[in-house]
Amino acid sequence: MGSPAVKKEVPVPHPLEDLVRMERIPHIWCSGCGTGSVFTACLTAMKNTGINYDDFAMVSGIGCSGRGAGYINIDSFHTTHGRAIPFATGIKMARPETNVIVFSGDGDLFAIGGNHFIHAARRNMDITVICVNNFIYGMTGGQAAATTPHEAKSSTSMGGNPESPFNLPLLAYAAGATYVARWTMLHSRDLADSIEEAINHKGFSFVEALSPCPINYGRRNKQKPLDTLREYHANTIIKNNADPGELGIDFKQKVILGKFVDIEKPSHDEQYHRLYHETSTKS
Amino acid sequence: MKPAVDTGKHFINGDIACAEGAIAAGCLFFGGYPITPATEVAEHMSERLPHVGGTYIQMEDEIAAMTSILGGAWTGKKTMTATSGPGFSLMMETVGLAIVTETPCVVVNVQRGGPSTGLPTQGAQADMMQAKWGSHGDYEIIALAPSSPQEMFDLTITAFNLSEKYRTPVFIMSDEIVGHMSEKVVIPKKEAIKTISRIQPRGKKNNFHPFKPGPNGVAPMPSIGQGYKVHVTGLTHDEKGYPVMSVDTQAEMMERLLGKIRNNLDDIIMTDQYLLDDADIVIVSYGVSSRTSYTAVDMAREQGIKAGLLRLITVWPFPDRLIKELALRVKGFITVEINMGQISREVERCAGYKAPSYLAGHPGGAVVPPEQVISIMKEAF
Ligand code: SF4
Repeated sequence: MGSPAVKKEVPVPHPLEDLVRMERIPHIWCSGCGTGSVFTACLTAMKNTGINYDDFAMVSGIGCSGRGAGYINIDSFHTTHGRAIPFATGIKMARPETNVIVFSGDGDLFAIGGNHFIHAARRNMDITVICVNNFIYGMTGGQAAATTPHEAKSSTSMGGNPESPFNLPLLAYAAGATYVARWTMLHSRDLADSIEEAINHKGFSFVEALSPCPINYGRRNKQKPLDTLREYHANTIIKNNADPGELGIDFKQKVILGKFVDIEKPSHDEQYHRLYHETSTKS
Repeated sequence: MKPAVDTGKHFINGDIACAEGAIAAGCLFFGGYPITPATEVAEHMSERLPHVGGTYIQMEDEIAAMTSILGGAWTGKKTMTATSGPGFSLMMETVGLAIVTETPCVVVNVQRGGPSTGLPTQGAQADMMQAKWGSHGDYEIIALAPSSPQEMFDLTITAFNLSEKYRTPVFIMSDEIVGHMSEKVVIPKKEAIKTISRIQPRGKKNNFHPFKPGPNGVAPMPSIGQGYKVHVTGLTHDEKGYPVMSVDTQAEMMERLLGKIRNNLDDIIMTDQYLLDDADIVIVSYGVSSRTSYTAVDMAREQGIKAGLLRLITVWPFPDRLIKELALRVKGFITVEINMGQISREVERCAGYKAPSYLAGHPGGAVVPPEQVISIMKEAF
């Protein structure tokens, strides 16, 4: 008789494996970085929509989170710094049936790419913009960004940031976004649900995901990786439909999370189609 | 509703002829931003595209306009934008992305006097070197120079064909004078217009390599939604499209990018030659400047000077070999252009010490008068 049967462990594939370019793993994100959690929430949301993966495209700009497009196993585009949104706009308008997701960082989307963001929101361009907001330029080593809190330290503001950050949900709302939400990467379920809603939303949808950069933000601001997560847990409150004007981020007070805007309004491609294609076939 | 090919005789300006050429070539997406003297291209595209099921979008700046046509191109459509100097400067960032991601698209530059805001309503040819080297890094580019509204139509079709064939951005380097002059433009029947579309991949979709060159050095290009799951990046990448930060990958990628142009020069370079066979003195010119150069050749011949014209229809890649061969048998060259010495330097480079090379230039705002060419000719030779 042979030896008793040894139960062979068959590795169970990760439920999101079909959405990841496994040959490109390990990824470049530092340990303790929040970007991966936001990325996972995004993949989970895509899966939950039930939409065929070939009908998605992901576009990223430059930066740590901008590498997202390089790991997702769908048609994906890693563009130039700040230009993910106009690239996505080109895709959407040339092939409206595509679900276009922009996955990028705060520096990319709101400093160099800020103009593109507000105009895509104004047009109600039917794309989903996910911003991994880590309050800093991570990839280049921690310089002050348009989202760095006032008086926070960065490699270009060692004496404290003299500037004030954007309130991103307010900016998105004021510019015309028709879906706006904010979560932290710790609220992974809410974040994934929100991204799913944003994808299904017809029109410009924006989800801000607060996410730690322990290496280039935490270190200089005396925040250990777990401190930041504790803050995300203890110093946040969920307040759906909160006034976008009250959404400035200050962890000394409570940071407001939730869904703030969800408006029905025809998207740019719908308006264009109605005004140009339907009329020109009639005439 | 007009058909894509508006066959017949028209009296239209160069900008509109360019837009008609784009529609006839099969362009279905235009990302625009207004700028004098190229605005009419965008205006006409916005009117014409819906007739053929296409889409126009007015972007927030030229960076966005240029970037949007790359996104559009990856959906499988032929795409275009048009601008002038200041906008061309802004587009340079994305031109590099188009080159490295091998994204076909057509960019029209209706040149005006510079630097900076310069002479918005007056012509120049001063962005010729910017067309070659304006984006950072090493690259080859294709740039065509139309000299009439008819050529704005014809060469726009050629530009699309070259861009689709070689998976590369192609520039139409026009100028305010050609853009705004109205002349007869004959649009042929649809069947008489040859259009080329990018080669699409066939076969297995798994592990597809969107940057693996085919026989002519160009990789078949899939479109979004076909299931090839491509990854496209501005980083140095391998044939799969994945970023690889290595000296070897950089070398392989550069060889592929430069090679597909450099190994197909005979297919890409177009010239027109006028009385060149027995010429002693060669006038080199392109675009609107070639129009006064034909006159200069005739004037010189009347005075017994054996002049001839080499008109560059393709300015980039530059016809090095042709100029080098001519340099062995002629007395010298005069380059006629509305700038203070750009293409003339290329002629000088190719002529080397074999034959002298002179510039008949202009700082911008008007054409080079043929008399100026004749007087340089008499002084120099
Ligand atoms: S630098 Fe910061 S944002 Fe970038 S991967 Fe590291 S921890 Fe994440």
